[in-house]
Amino acid sequence: MATTAFTHEDNVPLPSRARILLPTRLVDGNPTIGEVTDHISAPMEATPGRGWWLCFAVALLCLANLLFMVGYLFAKGIGIWGLNNTIGWAFDITNFVFWVGIGHAGTLISAVLLLFRQPWRTSINRSAEAMTIFAVMCAGLFPLIHMGRPWDAFFIFPYFPNQRGPLWVNFRSPLVWDVFAISTYFTISLVFWYLGMVPDLATLRDRFTSPIKKAIFRVLSLGWSGSHRTWARYEIVSLVMAGLATPLVLSVHSIVSMDFATSVIPGWHTTIFPPYFVAGAIYSGFGMVLTLLIITRETMNLQRYITLRHLDYMAKVTLLTGSIVGYAYATEFFAAWYGDNLYERFHFINRATGPYAFGFYIMVVCNVLTPQLLWSSKIRTNVPVLFIVSILVNIGMWFERFVIIVVSLHRTFLPASWSMFYPTIFDIGILVGSFGLFFTCFLLFIRFLPMIAMWEVKGVVGVEAHRDAVVGSHARREREEEREVAHA
Amino acid sequence: MPRSFLVATFSDPATLLNAVETVRSEDLRVHDVFAPYPIHGLDEVMGLRRTRLPWVTVLVGLCGLAFALCFQYFAAVFDWPVNVGGKPDNSTLAFIPICFELTVLSSGLATVFALFVRSRLYPGKLAPVFAEGVTDDVFALVVRKPESADEARRATSVLEKCGARDIEEKATGQ
Repeated sequence: MATTAFTHEDNVPLPSRARILLPTRLVDGNPTIGEVTDHISAPMEATPGRGWWLCFAVALLCLANLLFMVGYLFAKGIGIWGLNNTIGWAFDITNFVFWVGIGHAGTLISAVLLLFRQPWRTSINRSAEAMTIFAVMCAGLFPLIHMGRPWDAFFIFPYFPNQRGPLWVNFRSPLVWDVFAISTYFTISLVFWYLGMVPDLATLRDRFTSPIKKAIFRVLSLGWSGSHRTWARYEIVSLVMAGLATPLVLSVHSIVSMDFATSVIPGWHTTIFPPYFVAGAIYSGFGMVLTLLIITRETMNLQRYITLRHLDYMAKVTLLTGSIVGYAYATEFFAAWYGDNLYERFHFINRATGPYAFGFYIMVVCNVLTPQLLWSSKIRTNVPVLFIVSILVNIGMWFERFVIIVVSLHRTFLPASWSMFYPTIFDIGILVGSFGLFFTCFLLFIRFLPMIAMWEVKGVVGVEAHRDAVVGSHARREREEEREVAHA
Repeated sequence: MPRSFLVATFSDPATLLNAVETVRSEDLRVHDVFAPYPIHGLDEVMGLRRTRLPWVTVLVGLCGLAFALCFQYFAAVFDWPVNVGGKPDNSTLAFIPICFELTVLSSGLATVFALFVRSRLYPGKLAPVFAEGVTDDVFALVVRKPESADEARRATSVLEKCGARDIEEKATGQ
């Protein structure tokens, strides 16, 4: 943070010194363009440190656990979970919504911030997009394994030739919309991520000396040469993709929320769900981006690219969206009281005082109170505290989905069908295992692919250098003019 | 017919921008510029026309939209109408989410594919190398070498005056 403002020439009189204050820098330490390549490629060229291996070992263990438990689930059926007739959706769908939510920050950072021309995104967008892709993979797993017969999962798509006779999927169902929304989101995010990476893959192709690596990156980089004719088209296409991805991000979690909102269950049947879910998704996504980037900048020594300023900006977005989430919680309670619907009102009393009240209070503490800490700039730039806050955000958002899904289902209209859900070891094991899948993918990504968009950072560094030169020459000219005036 | 080029390298984009402007005003033909990141303002200086790729987005997007709408209508109204909760067979409003998703999916994929086709990018292609390090930190200006020796000498001196770090002659981009 030391270089937020400095002057080029200290012997300039005060008024003109004020005019040559430089704007905030996005990369610390003034690296040259060549140094940017060196620094960002360094983790891919060296053997990873002990921190990386430790994280990878734990993640791999969790992944192995996931494979074992899902295998067992396929053999035995979903009876090994704690589900029952009343609570037909529990951990599985909670995890699904949780992971889809996390998958929202990446495309938001890369697409929405690109459209708003926020250059601070350049250091974090690549890893946030990777996070999106891995999170959506984890999310997709859960509806799949929740199907009694996962080998028939392709039935959820309308396909040719239609083996079900002329019967098609029900296009009026939000569950079918969900299939389309999630698969579109995954595909477009993947393409956007890869497209953004092509110039960097070419940089690595030209950099690596080992023939195997060179060959792999030659295939992946599609013969990118850095030609400006291509760059000009590439930038327009990136902008178009961002324009397409922005409404897509908003649509995906809106559609996920309609899985609930179009039903008649008290606690689900509300019109605020789409915006409420979208805000929650961005909130949880930024929480996860903070967690991952804090780990990454420490283990990969990238503090000068993922600076405290980046963490500060992300914390501000977390604060904003966290406050929207808190407001939505209050609105739900207000609507239940003001709407005077007996069942709705009972649901919200039960939410706060029933057998699952602990989930509700964890959610309130983590999602309503915790983000309010971020009003303080000291907390926003204190890395350990911010790390804890980001973990709490993730925990809170998982419990929010648990509260919405399980608490709404467990006591609905007929008291005769009331029931309780107790997770089994397989519920918990598969949740932990999904983190294993996520972190295995993410750790491999930061090891083998450029986790910071080199060409975009170079653009920012180049513009900053150019600006310094211009501002510096202005300062010189002003000083000369002053000298002339003084002599005259 | 084999062409030859003059490759001038620069270490910063501002000098390169000025060089492109000067070279074009001296009636020399700019073959291409190679840079580690897109230099803003270079399109105008090089006289590049704005790409028409967004038309692909619009046209394919409209096709995707039309396909999604027609297909859902066909499946839900003609092929096998199913009465779900008394909703009308043609529930157009309920078809909107899938129409939107297929529009975005088709137009997004088509735009990127069109970019690859237009810029001739494909897996395993050998990138033309006019200058080493253009994917790292070098900016290269490639000028078509004039036929006559006098003109070629003039071109070299123009490039030198523009502040080129190094000027090389290359037959093709290999």
